[in-house]
Amino acid sequence: MTHPPYLSPDYRSSILRAPSRPPVALTADPDAVELTSPVFGHGELGGLDADLTRHHVGEPIGERIIVTGRILDSAGRPVPGTLLEIWQANAAGRYAHQRDQHPAPLDPNFTGAGRCLTDDQGRYRFVSIKPGAYPWRNHHNAWRPAHIHFSVFGTAFTQRLVTQMYFPGDPLFPYDPIFQSIPDPAARERLIARFDLETTEPEWALGYRFDVVLGHTPTEES
Amino acid sequence: MTTLFPAPAPVPSRAAGPTPSQTVGPFFGYALPYPGGPDLVGEGHPGAITITGRVLDGAGEPVPDALLELWLGETGTGGALDRTGEGVSGFGRCPTEPDGSYRFRTARPAGPYFALLVFARGLLRSVATRIYLEDGPDPLLDALDPARRATLIAEPDGEGYRFDIRLQGEKETVFLEF
Ligand SMILES: [Fe+3]
Repeated sequence: MTHPPYLSPDYRSSILRAPSRPPVALTADPDAVELTSPVFGHGELGGLDADLTRHHVGEPIGERIIVTGRILDSAGRPVPGTLLEIWQANAAGRYAHQRDQHPAPLDPNFTGAGRCLTDDQGRYRFVSIKPGAYPWRNHHNAWRPAHIHFSVFGTAFTQRLVTQMYFPGDPLFPYDPIFQSIPDPAARERLIARFDLETTEPEWALGYRFDVVLGHTPTEES
Repeated sequence: MTTLFPAPAPVPSRAAGPTPSQTVGPFFGYALPYPGGPDLVGEGHPGAITITGRVLDGAGEPVPDALLELWLGETGTGGALDRTGEGVSGFGRCPTEPDGSYRFRTARPAGPYFALLVFARGLLRSVATRIYLEDGPDPLLDALDPARRATLIAEPDGEGYRFDIRLQGEKETVFLEF
């Protein structure tokens, strides 16, 4: 199984929010609205949206990174022109969000939200800084491994995916109930970006590769 | 469309299967909502309706940190992300308020229902449902018992409709799998 079950009691917030009944399987209806997806235009995005280090006057503190990869459908075909949105904590592990009370410094030069459309090969590329780990109140001494939140559309509403990208070798993986909510260890691994020397730019930024494979839609052969 | 990004070396994807879902978490509020997101049509649009409601958890408590996405099936003329111009959008996004409430202003869908996705802290994967504006013969509705069926039908409410989403419990909304 790829996805986490809705109810994953170690992740406390799931206990009162997980649906208790299995979802109703929708039999193949070629006219279902869910088989289509909004189309986003380049004109709707700002030119710097994909470079999170250039959203303010100065440069953010932290380890500069390039995150790039492809968005693929379940058959491995690239998904061009689809919208990705990312958000993340700053290098100190603090979100630019009112409700984040972690006593780590905010960075006046880093907001941590970006957007990008995939190119004709299904590729995307963000420039950012490596986010820090941060504490949360799920259990005693709970810390989230460093991650970037990803939101991807795809070609059908059924493919809509929100997930988190992690960094290789994080010592917090075994202790994180959100990462561990994915039952299959091989599926978990698919959320870990790979360090990539080809993507790394000399004297500039470390490169990471992260491909996203969307779920199949009912009209495709699975 | 052009090739915008330098090609990374063609390393084979490690992804030998679909990418798993993870929760949207509590801190999407400064990143995903955007101006005009809940307003798929302008205020004066002929035939505009509002869809309002609340997202509730298994204890009946409001869910103040959910994100709803409404989809009509056609992109429309107004842009989905840039809602500064004229025109109608087929896509809307609305975060819930501290009391769990949301509000969309939209045109009617071409068919009998809207598609709706709900994301929230505590939901490791989004839930998908439909908002039907009227009860009537329908392959999905007809397969449900009356109490379950009722969870998918919006209630007329003033100039619009009311539709609550109950994530868990006795009157749990019907969620869909494709
Ligand atoms: Fe996070």
